[in-house]
Amino acid sequence: MTFDWQAAWDAVPPLLRGLATALQAAAFGYVIALVLGLAFALLRRSSLRWVRLPVGFFVEFVRSTPLLVQLFFLFFVLPTIGVELSAMATGAIGLGLHYAAYTSEVYRAGIDGVPVGQWEAAKALSLSRGRTWTRVVLPQAVPRVVPALGNYAIALFKDTPQLTVITIAEVLSVVKAVGSQNFQYLELITVAGLLYLVTALLIAWPVRVLERRYRRELA
Amino acid sequence: MTAELITFDRVGKRFADAVVLDDLSFGVRAGERVTLIGPSGSGKTTILRMLMTLTRPDSGTITLAGEPLFHERRGDTLVPAGERHLRAMRRHTTMVFQQYNLFPNMRVLRNVTEAPVHVLGLPAEEAEERARELLDVVGLAGKLDAYPSQLSGGQQQRVAIARALAMRPDVLLLDEVTSALDPELAAEVLDVLRDVARTFDVTMLCVTHAMKFARDVSDRVLMFNEGRIIESASPDELFDAPKQERTRQFLRSVIDES
Repeated sequence: MTFDWQAAWDAVPPLLRGLATALQAAAFGYVIALVLGLAFALLRRSSLRWVRLPVGFFVEFVRSTPLLVQLFFLFFVLPTIGVELSAMATGAIGLGLHYAAYTSEVYRAGIDGVPVGQWEAAKALSLSRGRTWTRVVLPQAVPRVVPALGNYAIALFKDTPQLTVITIAEVLSVVKAVGSQNFQYLELITVAGLLYLVTALLIAWPVRVLERRYRRELA
Repeated sequence: MTAELITFDRVGKRFADAVVLDDLSFGVRAGERVTLIGPSGSGKTTILRMLMTLTRPDSGTITLAGEPLFHERRGDTLVPAGERHLRAMRRHTTMVFQQYNLFPNMRVLRNVTEAPVHVLGLPAEEAEERARELLDVVGLAGKLDAYPSQLSGGQQQRVAIARALAMRPDVLLLDEVTSALDPELAAEVLDVLRDVARTFDVTMLCVTHAMKFARDVSDRVLMFNEGRIIESASPDELFDAPKQERTRQFLRSVIDES
């Protein structure tokens, strides 16, 4: 078996287009995961059981079921009850919901890491609950979980090939489409793998910088 | 005689099997400076934490400024207080903690202005001016822009004192404020508190092992043992001629330690 360099080179433009689509879905999905994850983390601390329990159940349910199943559900089942979304919106929401369940745990750990004395000091100054959260607790909790949140950005990006099942033309879809015509899967998969690697490293780089900075601050 | 600002009426508190406060009753008059002494676990800090609404009593009633602290009136009956009542009651008191508990994400000036602006509703300029004055009183006028992590423990505690005073409380609660500091830094903090006691019209409840400080600033010293007050007297009486053997024993151990 020989490696056809020309075929590999020819695969780059369509694969880059697939990568752009994957990054678009990943970016939207990640924003959803960051925002919704924080909301889940806060709701799970609610003093109201009827808020805390359903959110807790939802998070555990999402964490315990495969992303692929969730994507199928959103793409094939929701339209039957009248909720019709584009493939891209479905993909971004699917990734976002799935990873929100994980980021909520990261936020939870960050919030739990804020010393109890900080809550007590806020109370001793009669700060409102909202102000305690937004000015005291979250500004301390979020920076310490940035590295962990960054790692989920990489994981989320690496899950984008699963979007192929809901017709999103991301990298793996391009590999299948082009490969079904020229059967040069070795070159296609190799280039696709390299694109994933380079992109994941580019996402990881700022995460590592933040990690180092945080470690220095802790020292 | 001045009316009592704080009243504990048969207050009880247990943590698991340990009785921390045992049917405790006492009062503190407005403007009085009261020091609480006694061995660890005798309930002193629990009293401060209750007044700050950080710990609820199991039984009994605490009254602050004529209002029940953990109960609110509904018609003729008293019901357990909701968060709104507790928040309103908290405005009477503020607390300085052993571990300072400054907000590490805020500079010194903002630590002191945050609550006056957002709780008392003071205009930002007025709160800043007042914060600068208070930080000057505690000797930290030059550290307005520092973060707490850039300050020594003693300096952090002095900021915490300024932050507490900025709330213009009726009652200032001081919970072993020098216990985490080495003697030199502790002395700085105690000097500041002597100034505060002299110049501010505030009722003070202070838990401390610094007996000289207690003698200097207190109107009354309460000796605690196993959740009860076993002796209550002026500092001169209590330190020079304690009536209870347990008090004598405790004072000896504190003197040996220092």
